[in-house]
This record gives sequence, structure tokens and C-alpha cells, in this order.
Amino acid sequence: MILQVDDPVVEVHDLTVSYDRKPVLWGVDLTLPAGSLVGVIGPNGAGKSTLIKAMMDLLPASSGYVRIFNEPLKQVRKRISYVPQRESVDWDFPASVFDVVLMGRYGNLGLFKRPRKADKDAAMQALEKVGMQGFADRQISQLSGGQQQRVFLARALAQNADIYFMDEPFAGVDIATETAIIELLRTMREQGKTVVVVHHDLQSASEYFDWVVLLNMRLVASGPTQQVMTQELLEHTYGGKLTVLSKVGDLLRKQEFPARETRRQNNVIL
Amino acid sequence: MVGDAISHAVLPGIVIAFLLTGSRDSLPMIIGAGLLGVITTLLIEFFHRYARVQADAAIGITFTWLFAIGIILISVFAGQIDLDQDCVLYGEIAYVPLDLWITESGLSFGPRTLWTLGFVTLLVIGFIVTGYKELFLTAFDPAYAAAIGISTTVWYYLLMTAVSLTTVASFESVGAILVVAFLVGPPATAYLLTDNFKTMLLFSVGIGIVAVVIGYYLAYWLDGSIAGAVATITGLQFALAFVFSPTHGLYFKRRRTQVA
Repeated sequence: MILQVDDPVVEVHDLTVSYDRKPVLWGVDLTLPAGSLVGVIGPNGAGKSTLIKAMMDLLPASSGYVRIFNEPLKQVRKRISYVPQRESVDWDFPASVFDVVLMGRYGNLGLFKRPRKADKDAAMQALEKVGMQGFADRQISQLSGGQQQRVFLARALAQNADIYFMDEPFAGVDIATETAIIELLRTMREQGKTVVVVHHDLQSASEYFDWVVLLNMRLVASGPTQQVMTQELLEHTYGGKLTVLSKVGDLLRKQEFPARETRRQNNVIL
Repeated sequence: MVGDAISHAVLPGIVIAFLLTGSRDSLPMIIGAGLLGVITTLLIEFFHRYARVQADAAIGITFTWLFAIGIILISVFAGQIDLDQDCVLYGEIAYVPLDLWITESGLSFGPRTLWTLGFVTLLVIGFIVTGYKELFLTAFDPAYAAAIGISTTVWYYLLMTAVSLTTVASFESVGAILVVAFLVGPPATAYLLTDNFKTMLLFSVGIGIVAVVIGYYLAYWLDGSIAGAVATITGLQFALAFVFSPTHGLYFKRRRTQVA
């Protein structure tokens, strides 16, 4: 079930990405609606991170194109923000929490310009939003996993972008941080921002997101959460993995999806 | 350590520039070494990305190979030119005061390397001051830098060009070994002493200066090699910081530290 929307914020057309001539994403064709919280879900190695990286043109595509806000990427870079996986950087790097959050302002500053007071204020406000204002001068190597994640989030917030791509922001964080982050994401959605999140936990996925993309090298589904998180589509995504399948079964029983009745709509492509 | 690799790999560039021009003018040497520096980084990238060799293996194979070519070139032409292996490896810092910059009218401006190194120093300081935030960001989180439109490739090659330039300018006076000792030693020591990036840059310079002064008097007292003595001091400084650093030292805090 791949639902295409009119007037999308993100349009991915026939995207294929390969590593070392081996394709990891095949012919992905999707559109995302504005002002939504989008979850990208699939098993390990399904190409979830690859998809969002390719959406931001951080990886070269073998074929296809991506348009954001109906423009080529180069023209909308400043409206895009990215929260990489926490493990992707060296947290022993000599920098303070504030230094890292201030990086969020670099893109708008341009070459040769130093951060001004307005930039520092924006960075401080972003830290307040994630509840880390007391940690501004803390060395980043002294942070817990959840705090590191909040710092990365604050950096993206300081940028004040219109669309945010986040790679596993809930991975390995404490429950307090997880709650804080999802609250923040909902506030951002209310402000009309679009947030695309790579996520691995099926249980929370149906609760968190209002649009879900199911991925397993190929695009399995893309649509409103309730229409996409069905047993059939999840089985198709996680195909053959028994442990995962039984988890999916439990999940479906627990949550009692009203999904099957509402599945067929006019512009559904199966 | 790409910087380490470059400092060795520029050797053939220096030798070829010397053979072509037949003089020890700084300008052709800097151009030759600068070119080799960029070729080195490109080769490392190439081996790593397209031959799928580990990054450290790619660095290792590239710089030993280029350095070896440089050594062969020197030994083959050793009889004809006044550039020898000892000079290249250990430098001739004691001869710096003898190599004066004298204009045609006979006016002396003092040691020539003082001027070339001074010029390169200003250039490097200018580069770091203007590109500070880009260098800081691309060093810490290249993926994020690329996402917000700061080219990691451009800044990487600019940085490597600055490293090549610094290396070749220092080469003549201090030799390959001391260049490597200075590229790695003082920053590693500073890393153990502070958690602030700007302070780390300033500490590196200060630590380097202290090593030079102490090393010089050590060599004078021992009547030994100046470069050797200075490199020894940088090693000692690191050992002291490793044990006694207030934040990272073994003595004060049993904390695992990693030095990149």
C-alpha cells in the first residue's frame, strides 16, 4: 500500500542506492505530507538510514531523484536539518555542550562570520527546550546516552529548519528522554514542521507517528499509520523472521488495530 | 594519521623540485611538496574508497612508498646535490643561522628559514581564524556538516594543503622526524590537558615552544642532535601529561583516555 499525496514536502522518485555496486535500496517512490511525524520502519539492514541519507543527498543515488519543498536539494539546504546516529561521532572530542549546539547556527552564518549574540541566544533556547540548559558548559564526554541525544536534538532545533531527518533518536536512551523527545516532536509538528524519524520499535511506532514508511530494501508501504501498520504489511516487511513475527502478532493483539476496515481507499496502489 | 603520512610523502616532491631547479629556493620546493601532499591525500582516499583497503593500510602503503621513492632519488643523486638523507631525516637546525637571506645589494635580513616559516605561520593562522567554525564542525561531525551544506571535501583538502605547506616549510630546518614529532606530540599532550578546543590549539603551540627551548639546551649540554633532543622532550611532555594531567591523567583519575 503506497499512498501518494498531493503537494508533498518530500518527493522521492524511483530512488536506487548502491554500496559497491550492490543495491541496498531499490526503486523507492514515495511522497510525504507536510506537517507530519513520519516513521521509517523496517528490519536491520533494510536501508532505513540509507533512505534518509539519500533524501538529504549525503549518499549518491544510482538512479532517481529527490525533491524537498518541490525544489532540488541544493536550493533548500538551509531549511533541512539532520540528527545523525549518536554513535556516528567521537564524544571524546574536545567540545562543550554549548559548542555542539551552536553548530546548528553555522549553516545560516556562512563563511568567515562568527556566531553573534542572536546565535548564542538561539542555541541557549534550544538547550532549554530539551531541558539541558544546566549542562551548557559540560564537556560532551561526560554525558549519558540520553543527554547526548538531547544535545544532538538541541543542535537541530537551534537551526530552526522546516524539515528534520532523525536517525534512530530513540535508540539507547532512557525513558525520560524518550518521553521528552516525543513531546518535542509533537510540538514541532504543531508548528507545521515535518519530522522524518528512523525507528526500530514497532510497539511505540503506531503510537508516535501519523505517517509510516515500511521499508525492506524495497518500499513496502507508505501511508497513514493505521492503514500501514497491519499484520499483512508488517509480515511482508519483516518476512520470514519468526521471532519478529511473533512480536508483531503480540503487538497486534494488544493494540487491536482497526486497520483492516479502512485499508482500501481511492488512491491506494497495492 | 594523514598528517604524519603527508610529512613523509612530500619528500619526492621536494627532491624533484630540487632536481628540476637545481637550487634550494623555498618556492619551487613548497610547490613540489604541496603538490605531493595533495596527491598523497588523493591516493589515500582512492585506495580506501575504490580498492576497499582499510584506512590505516591505505595511509601506510601510500606514505612509505612515496617516502621510499624520495630516499632513492636522494641516494641516486646524492653525489651531485647538497641534499642528503641525514639532512632530510634529521634536519640541520644548527645551520639555520648560517643560511642568511642576503639581497643583491648585500643587505642581510637574517636567517632565510625564519622568513619562510614566518610567512607560512601567518598563512596558517589566517586559515584557522577564518575557517575555524567550518574546521571545528567538519572534524567533529562531517555527516551533519554535509547535511547543512558545508562541504567536507573542500575543508578536508584545504586542511591537508595547510599540513603539506607547514611540513615542507619546516622540513629544511628540522627534518622529517621532528616534523612528525611536532605534528603529533604537542597536540596529543594538549588533548590530555584540556577539554576546550581553542585552549587545546593554544596549549599545543605553547607546549611546542617549551619543548624546543628545553630540547635545545639539552642538546647543548649533551653535545648531541638538536632535533633528537627536542623530539625526546615532546615524548617526555606527553608521558608527564599522561600520568599527571588534572583531568585525564592516570595519577588523578583512573579514566580511560584515547588519543587519536
